[in-house]
Amino acid sequence: MKELKILAIIAALVGITYYGIEPYAHHIMHPEVKPADFAFSDMKNVDTSLAGNVDNGKVLVEANCIACHSIEKAGHLQIMPNADAAAAYGVVPPDLSSAGRIYDKNYLANFIFDPVSAMHLSHKYPVGGAKAFPMPSYNWMSAQEIMDVVAYLESVSPKVSGKDAHKATYDAACGRCHSMSYAKSEATTPKDAIKAYMGATPPDLSQYIKSRQEHYLHGFINDPQLLLAGTSMPRVGLTEKAQEEVIAYMEETGDSKKAERESLGLWVMLYTFVFAILAYLWKRKIWSEVH
Amino acid sequence: MAEFKQADSLYEWFDQRLGIDKFLKVMMTEYWIPKNINFLWAMGVLLSVMFGILVISGIFLLMYYKPDVNMAFDSVNYTIMQEVGYGWLFRHIHAVGASVVFLIIYIHMFTGIYYGSYKKGREMIWISGMLLFVLFSAEGFSGYMLPWGQMSYWAAYVITEIFGGVPLIGGDLVVWIRGNFYVSDSTLTRFFMLHVLLVPLAIIGAIVLHFYALRFPHVNNEAGEFFDFDKEAEKYLAGDKKNSKVVPFWPVFLSKDFFVLGVFLVFFFYLVFFHYDFAMDPVNFDKADGLKTPAHIYPEWYFLWSYEVLRGFFFEIAGISGKSLGLIAFAVAQGVFFVLPWLDRSPMVKPANQRPYFKYWFWFLMVDLIVLTVYGKLPPTGTNAWIGFASSMTFLILFIALPFITRAEAKKVGGK
Ligand code: HEC
Ligand code: HEC
Ligand code: HEM
Repeated sequence: MKELKILAIIAALVGITYYGIEPYAHHIMHPEVKPADFAFSDMKNVDTSLAGNVDNGKVLVEANCIACHSIEKAGHLQIMPNADAAAAYGVVPPDLSSAGRIYDKNYLANFIFDPVSAMHLSHKYPVGGAKAFPMPSYNWMSAQEIMDVVAYLESVSPKVSGKDAHKATYDAACGRCHSMSYAKSEATTPKDAIKAYMGATPPDLSQYIKSRQEHYLHGFINDPQLLLAGTSMPRVGLTEKAQEEVIAYMEETGDSKKAERESLGLWVMLYTFVFAILAYLWKRKIWSEVH
Repeated sequence: MAEFKQADSLYEWFDQRLGIDKFLKVMMTEYWIPKNINFLWAMGVLLSVMFGILVISGIFLLMYYKPDVNMAFDSVNYTIMQEVGYGWLFRHIHAVGASVVFLIIYIHMFTGIYYGSYKKGREMIWISGMLLFVLFSAEGFSGYMLPWGQMSYWAAYVITEIFGGVPLIGGDLVVWIRGNFYVSDSTLTRFFMLHVLLVPLAIIGAIVLHFYALRFPHVNNEAGEFFDFDKEAEKYLAGDKKNSKVVPFWPVFLSKDFFVLGVFLVFFFYLVFFHYDFAMDPVNFDKADGLKTPAHIYPEWYFLWSYEVLRGFFFEIAGISGKSLGLIAFAVAQGVFFVLPWLDRSPMVKPANQRPYFKYWFWFLMVDLIVLTVYGKLPPTGTNAWIGFASSMTFLILFIALPFITRAEAKKVGGK
C-alpha cells in the first residue's frame, strides 16, 4: 500500500538521523573504556588467601585505627566533632562499621597496606612528595596481620538489606565527601575543608543518576581515573553488590518516580492504542461512503 | 437590527445570537478538502493537537516553576519532578512534546516542498508556515533555558553570542538580549517571559493566519491537481459523494486525522515514558555552572543542521574570517526557506518524483540536511570539520542552483 511505503521512507530517514545524533554521536563522544574490574586484580601486595583471625584483628584495629576512625557498631564512638576531624586530617575519616561488608576483600587488604596506590591517587601523592596522604600505610604489617584486621572488620559489619543497605552503603562510602541535598544528606566533611583537601568540590550527587546514568556510574565508581583521567576522586573499592546499592540509592533519590512512570506508561499506551483502533473503525465507516 | 423570535431551545437561543449553524458550516461541515490525500495531510492537525498539549502541560509546570537562577534548577528537578503529584508527567510530556513537535513540523514542511504546496497561490500558506517555524524555534530555545542546567546555560551562551557577529552593533546587541554582559538571572527571567507569554501569543496569531491563508487557495492534493472546488462541493452536497473530488473537513477529513493521531500518540507516549533522553539531555541534569564548560556543547537536535551551517566555515576565505562566513551562511539558512516559492521557477505543481529535475534537488536536500544534522552534533575536529564544510557549501549551492534547475525544468515540460 502506498501510505505504508511513505511511512517506511519517513521511518528510514528519521531512523538514520536518530542513529547519527544519538547512539553514534554518543559512541564518538564517550568512547568505551575497559570494563569495571571488581576483583581489583591490579593489586597483589597482600596474600588474601590467608584466613584471618578475628581476635587478633580486634587487637590490631584498636591499637592502630580507632585513633582516627569510629566503629560505632563495635562501640568505638567518634572521638572529635566532624569539623575538628576535618581540620586534623583534611577529610573526616569514615566510620568503619560497614567496611567489612562494602569493600572488596582484596581492595581492603591492599588499601590498608598502601592507601595511595589502592585509591589510584599516586599522581596526587607521589612518593616523597610534599603532600602526605592522611592515613598511614600499614606496609609494616605482615600479610597475616592485615588479613586479621580484614576478618575483624567483616565480623563487626551488621547484616542489612533493602533500602536501609542502600543508604548505609552510600553514607559509608561516599558521605564523607559528597552531599545529596534531595535526600537531605550533607557531607560529613564541611564544604570548604573538603574543597581544600581534594582540590575540587565533590558535586552534590542528587541528580547524578540522571546526568551520568547507570552505565557511566558503574565504570566511574569502580575506577574514576579510567573515565576522568587525573581526577582527584579516589577509587573507593566497593564490591559489585555494594556499588549497586549506592547506585540504587542515587536512583531512589534522583529518580524517585521511576516505578510510577513505567507502570503508568504501559496503561497510557494501551489507552491510546485502543483509541487508535476505534478511530480506525470510525474512519473506515465514514470513508466507505465517499470512496 | 434583526428581529429575534422566542427561541425553542437553548441551541436555538445561541444560534440566533452567534450564528452557530452558519459558523459550523463554514468552518467544519462545508469546509472542503480534496479527497485525494494521504496521511501526510494529517500533520497540520497533529501540530494543532501538539500545540494544545504543550500549552496545557506548560500551564501545569508554570504553577511550580521559579524563574530565578538560584531556584530554577531545583524547582524543576526536585519540586516538579519528585514532589508534586504527576509533576514529572507534565514535565516529560512538555519536554518530549517540544522535541517531537519539530519532527512533525519538519515532516509537514517537507511534505509541502515535496508536493509543491508552496506556489501558485499558496505562497501565503507557506510564508505563514515559515513564520510558525521561526516562532516555534524561539519557543523551543527559550524553553530549553528554563531548567537552568549546564546545556541550558551553555547553549544560551553560544547562541546569544552569535548575535555578536552582527556588524557594528553586535557587541551591544548581545548585551541587550542578555540584559547583562553574560548569561545571568536577567537573561533567564526575560526568556521566561518570552517563553510563557510573548512567543505563545505570537504563535496563536500565526496559527490563525496560517489557517486563514488555507481558505482561498485550498489545500493541495497528492496529484497537484487544480479543480473547481465549488463545483465539486455542489456534487458532494447533491449526494454524489463518490464522484466528488472533495470531502468536508468534518467529519470525513478529521476522521482520518484522528486515526493518524491515535497511531502517533502511541509512539509519542512511548517516548514520553520510556525513551526521553533525546529530548531531555542528561547533561542538562547538571546545574548551570558558568565556570565549567561542558566537553561538548550542542543545541537541541532540531537546530543542529543550521548550527552546522554556522560552524561549517572554520577558515578564512578571501580575507573574510571563518566566523563571519559562518554567520552569513547561517543568516542565509534562516531566511532561504521563506523565499522558496520564488526560487522555484517551474510552474509544475506535482509530487517531486514526477518532476524531471526537481526530484534530484529534493532528495539531495534531504540527504544534505541529514548529514548537517548528524555532523552538527559530532565534535568538529579532523575530517568532521571538512564534512561539515562540504555539507554547508552543498546547502548553499543547492539553493543557488534551484532557480536554474527549475527554469530548465520549466522549459523541458513546456510550461505545464
Ligand atoms: C591518621 C588517621 C588514620 C588512621 C590511623 C587510619 N585511617 Fe583509615 N582513613 C583515614 C582518612 C583521613 C581516610 C579518608 C581518606 C580519603 O578519603 O581521602 C581513611 C579512609 C579509610 C578507609 C576508606 C577507604 C576507601 O576506599 O574509601 C578505610 C577502609 C580505612 N581508612 C581503614 C583503616 C584501617 C583498617 C585503619 C587501621 C589499620 C586505618 N584506616 C587507620 C585516616 C586514618
Ligand atoms: C574522598 C572524597 C570522595 C569520595 C569518598 C567520593 N568522591 Fe566522588 N568525587 C570526589 C571529588 C573531589 C569529585 C570531583 C572530581 C573532579 O571534578 O575531578 C568527585 C566526583 C564524583 C562524580 C562526578 C564524576 C563526573 O563525571 O564528573 C561522581 C558521579 C561521584 N564522584 C560519585 C561518587 C560516589 C558514588 C562515591 C561513593 C561510592 C564517591 N563519589 C566517593 C570526591 C569523592
Ligand atoms: C507548528 C504549527 C503549524 C500548524 C499548527 C500547522 C497547521 C496546518 C494545518 C492544519 C494545515 C492543513 C492540513 C495539512 O495540509 O496538513 C496546514 C497546511 C499547510 N502548512 Fe502548516 N502548520 C504549522 C506549521 C507549518 C510550517 C512550519 C510550514 C512550512 C513552512 C507549514 C506549511 C504548510 C503548507 C505548505 C500547508 C498546505 C499543505 C497543502 O496544501 O497540501 N505549516 N498547516
